[in-house]
Amino acid sequence: MYKYVVKRLLLLIPTLFGAAVLVFLLLRAVPGDVCQLRLGGGGEFIDPRALATCQEELGLNDPLSIQLFDFLTSFFTFNFGESMWTGRPVAYEIGLRFELSLQIAIMATFASIVIALPLGTISAIKQNTWIDYLVRTISIAGLAIPSFWLGIIIILGLLISTQHYLGTPWMPPIDYRPLWEDPGYNLSMLIWPALATGYRYSAVATRMTRSTLLEVLREDYVRTARAKGLLEKMIINRHALRNALLPVVTIIGIEFAFLMGGLVVTEQVFNLNGIGKLFVESVGNQDYVMTQSLVMLVVTIFVLVNLVVDILYAVLDPRIRYS
Amino acid sequence: MATVSQGSLAVAMFEEPAAFKPWHVKLRETARKQPIGVAGALIVILMILMAAFAGFVTPYDPVANSYEYMLVPPDGNFIFGTDMLGRDVYSRIVYGARTALFVGFASAAVGGFLGLILGVSSAYFGGLFDLIFQRVMDVFMAFPLVIMALAVVSILGTGTENVILAIIVPFVPRCARVVRSSALQIREIPYIDAAKACGFGHARIILRHMAPNVMAPFLIMVTAFVGQAILTEASLSYLGLGVQEPTPAWGLMLQGGAEEFAESAPWVAVFPGLAITLAVFGFNLFGDALRDVLDPRLRSSQ
Repeated sequence: MYKYVVKRLLLLIPTLFGAAVLVFLLLRAVPGDVCQLRLGGGGEFIDPRALATCQEELGLNDPLSIQLFDFLTSFFTFNFGESMWTGRPVAYEIGLRFELSLQIAIMATFASIVIALPLGTISAIKQNTWIDYLVRTISIAGLAIPSFWLGIIIILGLLISTQHYLGTPWMPPIDYRPLWEDPGYNLSMLIWPALATGYRYSAVATRMTRSTLLEVLREDYVRTARAKGLLEKMIINRHALRNALLPVVTIIGIEFAFLMGGLVVTEQVFNLNGIGKLFVESVGNQDYVMTQSLVMLVVTIFVLVNLVVDILYAVLDPRIRYS
Repeated sequence: MATVSQGSLAVAMFEEPAAFKPWHVKLRETARKQPIGVAGALIVILMILMAAFAGFVTPYDPVANSYEYMLVPPDGNFIFGTDMLGRDVYSRIVYGARTALFVGFASAAVGGFLGLILGVSSAYFGGLFDLIFQRVMDVFMAFPLVIMALAVVSILGTGTENVILAIIVPFVPRCARVVRSSALQIREIPYIDAAKACGFGHARIILRHMAPNVMAPFLIMVTAFVGQAILTEASLSYLGLGVQEPTPAWGLMLQGGAEEFAESAPWVAVFPGLAITLAVFGFNLFGDALRDVLDPRLRSSQ
C-alpha cells in the first residue's frame, strides 16, 4: 500500500511535466500576441516602440527554449508571473477567486452524493416499478441537460416565482461574502450554481449506485443473509450498500473533470467571479500567462483528486491490494 | 426421447438465420427488445431530417433581423417567438440542428478515426512505441475535456471549424485508449500471426485485420461522443468562444442576453436549451442501446 502510494506520487511528476510542456507548446502557437491586444484593441494604430517594449517586458522575444525553461521553473517554484492583461500577479488573481469556486465544487459534490445514494438505492430495490422508471428518467436527463441552461432555468424560475409570491423579483446576490462571515447570504448565493453543476454529477452517481447495488444484491452472501432471515432493511444497509458504494467513489474522481468544465460555464451564467470566469476571460483576452497557469492548476487538481480517489478505493476495498 | 431431442436439435440447426428476415420484421423485433434505443434513434433521425430539410420546414430566414417583430411571444406566426433582433426562434433552432450535427459528427468521425488508428497501432506495435504512446495519452487525459477544448480555442480562435478541432483534440486520446485495450486482446489471436506469416504489411494488418475487430467498442464510443460533442459545442458557443453570430447555433442562442431577457422573454432561453437537451438525450439513449446490442459482456441491469 505504502509502496503503491509512493509509486503513484512519483508518476505524478512525468505527467505534470508533460502537461506543462504541452500547455506551453499549445499556447505559444497563438497567432497574434497579447501586446497587440493590450495596446491596440481592434485594428487601431499601434506605436511600434510601445509594442517592442511590451514584448521585451513579457519575454516574448526570447528563444522558445528559454521561454520554456522560464515557464517550467516558474511553474515548479509556484511563481506564475503576472497576468498579461491586468499586470497583477497570477497567484493573486487566482487567490481572489479560488475560495468561491472551491466552495461551489464541494457543495455540488456533497449535494449530489446526498441525493444520489438514496435515489439509486430506492431505484434498485424497486427495480422495474414506476419509482425506478422515474428515477432513471431523471438521471438520464441529467446527462443531457447542459449545466448552463439549467442555471438559466433556475434563475428564470427564481425570478418568476419570487415575482409571483413576494411581489418583487429576487436574484441570487453576485458579490461574494465568505461562508463564515455571512452564512445565509453566502448560501443563498452559491446553492443555485452548486445545484446546476451538481445535477449531472448526481445523475451519474445515481445510475452507478443503482447498477452496482443490483449486481451486489444478486451475490451469494446476500442470499445467505436473506436465508438467515435478516430484515431486508438490514441486508441493504449493512451488507449490500457497503460494497455497492465502492464504484460510486470512483465516479467522484471521473466526474470531477466534468465538474470543472461545468464550473467554467456555470460561473458565467450566475455571473460569479470565480476561477471559471477568470479562465474564460483569459482565453478571450489571449492572456496566455493566465491561461497556462489556470490550465496547469486545473490539471494538477484533477490529477491529485484522481490519485486520492484511487488510494481511497484501495483503502475501502479489502479485495484490492496494489503491489 | 432420444429422437425428440434430436428432432429439436435439427429444428434449432435449420432454423432460418436472423439475416434472412425481412427488414420490417427485424425492425419490429428491435423495437420490442430495445424500446429506449429506438426512441433515441428516432430523435436522432428526426434531427437529421430537420437539418437536411431545414429550408422546407421553416417559415422564416434564420438570420434575417426584423425590428418590427422584436421579442414577440410565441403565437400563430412565430411558434417559439422571436429573439431581441426579431429573428424567428423556431427557424433558428431548426437551422441550429445543422450546426450541432455538423460539429457533432465531424468531430466524432475525425477524432474517432484518428483514435482508432493510433489505438490499434499502439497495441499492434507494442514495446517502446506503446509505452511512450501511453505516457503521452496519460498527459492528454489529465486535461478535462472542456478545459482542453478551451485551451485549443484560445490558440486557434473561434468559429465552427476551430470548435470542431477543439473537440477533436481531447477526443482522440479517449478513443485511442478504449480501442487499444480491445486491440490488445485481438493481437494475441493466432490469425494476426498468420497474417504476419503471409508477409502482409503493418498498415494492412492494422486496417484490414485488427481495426474491424474492435468496431463494437469503437462504435459505442463514437456514438456516445456525438452527444458529448454537441454539448461541448453548445457550452463553447454559449461562452462566446465557439460558433459565432449570425450562424444559428443553440448555445449561441442562449448567450444572446438570455438572462437579461429571462423575465420579459423566457421563450428565448427555454427552447434552444430544450433542443440541446433532446439532441444529447437522443444520442445517449441510442448509444446505450447500441452498447447492449453490440457488446453482450456489458449488458447489465441498467
